[in-house]
Amino acid sequence: MFSIRAKKRRESFVLDVEIEVSSPGVIALFGRSGCGKTTLANIVAGLLPADEARIVIDGVALEQSGKSLRAEHRRIGYVFQDARLFPHLDVMGNLRYGEQRANRFVPDLQGLRVNPRRDLPRITLDVVAPLLGLEPLLSRRVHQLSGGERQRVALGRALLSGPRVLVLDEPLASLDAARREEVLPYLEKLRDELAIPMIYVSHQFEEVLRLATHVVLMDQGRVLSQGPLDELSLHPELRAIVGPDAVGAVIHGVVESVDGGTGLANIRVGTNVLRIGLREAKAGAHVRTQLLARDIILATSRPENLSVRNIMTGTIARIVPDVEDTELVYVDIGGASILSRVTRAASDALSLRPGLQVWALVKSVSIRGHAFVEGPPVKSS
Amino acid sequence: MMLTAAEVDAVRLSLSIALRSVLFSLPLAILVAWLLTRRKLHGRLLLDALVHLPLVLPPVVVGYLLLLLFGMRGPIGGWLYEHFGIQLVFTSAGAALATAVMSFPLMVRAIRISLEGVDSGLEDAARTLGAGPWDRFFTVMLPLMLPGILAGAVTAFSAGLGEFGAVITFVSNIPGETRTLPLALYTALQTPGGDAVAARLATISFTLGLLGLIAAEYIARRVRRMLGR
Repeated sequence: MFSIRAKKRRESFVLDVEIEVSSPGVIALFGRSGCGKTTLANIVAGLLPADEARIVIDGVALEQSGKSLRAEHRRIGYVFQDARLFPHLDVMGNLRYGEQRANRFVPDLQGLRVNPRRDLPRITLDVVAPLLGLEPLLSRRVHQLSGGERQRVALGRALLSGPRVLVLDEPLASLDAARREEVLPYLEKLRDELAIPMIYVSHQFEEVLRLATHVVLMDQGRVLSQGPLDELSLHPELRAIVGPDAVGAVIHGVVESVDGGTGLANIRVGTNVLRIGLREAKAGAHVRTQLLARDIILATSRPENLSVRNIMTGTIARIVPDVEDTELVYVDIGGASILSRVTRAASDALSLRPGLQVWALVKSVSIRGHAFVEGPPVKSS
Repeated sequence: MMLTAAEVDAVRLSLSIALRSVLFSLPLAILVAWLLTRRKLHGRLLLDALVHLPLVLPPVVVGYLLLLLFGMRGPIGGWLYEHFGIQLVFTSAGAALATAVMSFPLMVRAIRISLEGVDSGLEDAARTLGAGPWDRFFTVMLPLMLPGILAGAVTAFSAGLGEFGAVITFVSNIPGETRTLPLALYTALQTPGGDAVAARLATISFTLGLLGLIAAEYIARRVRRMLGR
C-alpha cells in the first residue's frame, strides 16, 4: 500500500498531489517535462524537502505531520537519469556501496532504531548480477561503460541497497534509441521477477506502455487522473501530452495459441480475438498492446475480402470531437474499449452514433512492435 | 657541491617547517574550501576575502599581525603559553604557522577547484544508498577531491620552502631554529664575501621549487587517471 501526499511550491508550478495505490507493481508518473514528476520523486526519496507531505509505504511512515526521515534513512533506491556512478570505484565497488550500508539500523519516524531490511525481500548480488547481465562488467572502471551499461549498474546498485521501493527518474532519457531498447528488457525482468515496487518517472509513453501497472497522469503539478494503463489510455487529457498520433487504447489479452507458420499469435481480448505478429509469445501469456486510434478503421457492416486480419465487433459507446475536423469514437468491443479516429465527413456518411453496432478493423502489421508480453501478472486490487 | 653544516641546517629547517605548515593547514583548508563551495553561508564573501588576504598583503604585514595575535602578550599567544606552555615567537613552530598562513590561499584554491569539479549529484546518490554526512564525505567527496588536495599540498609545500617576509617578521632569523633557506640566503647576502654561499642556496631553492611543481603535476595526473577522468 502506497500513500503519497505532497505539496511543494516551485517556480513554474505548485505541486499538489495525492496518490493511493494498494498493490503497486510499477507506478508510472507520466507527464510532460516540467509537470512535477521529478520533484515528486525527489520528495518521496527525501532529496527535496516538501512544504507539506505524508508518505507511507507499506505501513511505514517516511514523512508525516511535519516529521521527516532523512534520505539516507528512507531506504528508497534511486536510479538517476545520469546514473551517477562513483567514478573512483569500479563496478563492483559501486554495487557494494549500497549493500554495505543495507543492514544498518536507522531511526524511524518515532525515533526508534530499526533495521528496515528485516521486513524487506533480501536481494543479493547472486540474483542481481545475472538478472541485469552484470557479470562481465564487475571489474570494469565506470568510465569504460556505455550509457546502457551504466544504467544497469545503477539499477543493480540501487537494488542491492535493500530498498523498500525503487524510484527511477527517467532512467532511459539520456540514452539513444538503441541503448533504450537494450535496457528496457532488463526493466521488464525486474518487474516480473523481483517483488520490488517501482516508481517510474517518464515522459515517454512507450516506456509506460511496456512497464507500468498503475499510471499517474500529471500536469502542472497536479494529478489529472490515475489508474490502470488501459483505463488511462482512454483519458481525453492524454492527447495533449502524448500528441494526437500516439492516442490509442491500451488493451490486455491472453495468448490462446501461436501459429508457428504465420507467426501470428491469437490473443483473446474480451469477446474478440486479435491476431498479432508475436513469435516470442506462448499460450497463456499475458500481452498488452496499444491500438492507435489512427490505425483503426470502422465499418457499419461486416466487411469481406480484405487483407486485414483483425475484425472486431462492438458497439459505439460515445463520440467526441478530436483534432482538425476529426472525431474520436469509443467502441466497446466486449470487455475492453478501443478508440478510433475518423474524419467528421466519414462519421457523417456512416451516421456513426452511440449504440450503433460496428466492425473495427486493424492490420496486424500496424500492431507489430506495439505489443508486449508481460511476465507473471501483477495482482491488481 | 658540498654544503656547510649551516646550509644543511637551513635546508632541513625549510623542509620541516614547510611540511609542518602543510600538515597543520590541510584539514582546515579542506573545511574552508568545502564551506566556500558547498554551503550557503552568511558572510561567505568575507570568509573568501579573509582566506585570500595573504596573497595581496605584504608578507611583513602578515608577520606583524601574527606577532600581535600570537606574541607572548598577544591574546592567543599568551593563552597558549599560559595553559600549554606553547611558545610560537622565535620558534620553528611559529615559522610553520607563518608559512601556513601565507600558503593557505594556494591550498584552498586548489582544493576548491577540484571540489567544484565533483558532481554534487553523487552526494545525493550516496544519500539514497544510505550514507550519512560523514560517510559521504569520507567515501565519496574526499576521494574525488584527492587530486586537488594533493596538488594543493605539494604547491603549498613548495611555496612554504621559500616563505620569507612573514617568517622573519614573526619569528626572526635564528640559526638552527628559524633560519630557513631564504633567510640563510638573505643573511649570506648581508655578509661580506657571502656571494658563493648565496648562489649555492639560490640553486637549491630553485631546484626544490621546480621539483615540487613537477611533483604536483605528476601526482595530479596519476590521481586523475586513477579516478578515470
